[in-house]
Amino acid sequence: MKIKIFYFARLKETLKFSTEDLELPDDEYASSLTILTLKAHLAKRSDVWQQMLLGKLKVRGAINHELVDDNAPIADGDEVAFFPPVTGG
Amino acid sequence: MTIRVQTQDFEAGLEINQLRNSRKDTGAVVSFIGQVRDINEGDTVSSLTLEHYPGMTEKALEAIVVQAKSRWDIFDALVIHRVGTLQPTDQIVLVAVTSAHRGEAFKACEFIMDYLKTGAPFWKKEATRLGDKTIERWIEAKVSDDEAQLRWTKP
Repeated sequence: MKIKIFYFARLKETLKFSTEDLELPDDEYASSLTILTLKAHLAKRSDVWQQMLLGKLKVRGAINHELVDDNAPIADGDEVAFFPPVTGG
Repeated sequence: MTIRVQTQDFEAGLEINQLRNSRKDTGAVVSFIGQVRDINEGDTVSSLTLEHYPGMTEKALEAIVVQAKSRWDIFDALVIHRVGTLQPTDQIVLVAVTSAHRGEAFKACEFIMDYLKTGAPFWKKEATRLGDKTIERWIEAKVSDDEAQLRWTKP
């Protein structure tokens, strides 16, 4: 399955990634990918990824422009985003 | 409804007049302007940079206004939010709501701001001066903002 991921604010800055197209093995993820399992998958990249996605920082997830919780399922072709709690206004 | 996310400044008076004059049965206009402060947590702020998530931001703001319209008897609402680098006293956000009477507009305007603060994907980074050095730091989300949003969910 293929998804697009965006990173914002502190995550973008620290991970040095603003967006990426990610291909995940279907046998492993096609029916079980959620915000949380995607975080765990990405966290394997390095200590920095581990700290940013599964550390103390609160990371919010969005799927196709909707704020979702960690258990939200991700489907093929989805646009996922990770970012810290928002601070506009 | 009007939702705009932009780098350029806005003329609040002009925007409010347009909204005000669009219906002759409008009896109340409530507006809020948020602006950049020159101090935060005791430090001097020299500039503020706002980042957002294009595409999601507009949808999130629209959903907030739709929710406000379903809760209160309001005629129209306008949200303008700026992004990019701003200086102290620069305007950040304008929310304006019209209705027949003040009560509905007051509540809806505050509701929109409280939900914007916790649900619209904007992030602030401030540049502060510490001695002769300029330090950049991301602003942390406030618990008080979550509480302000939550009070609208209580019966």
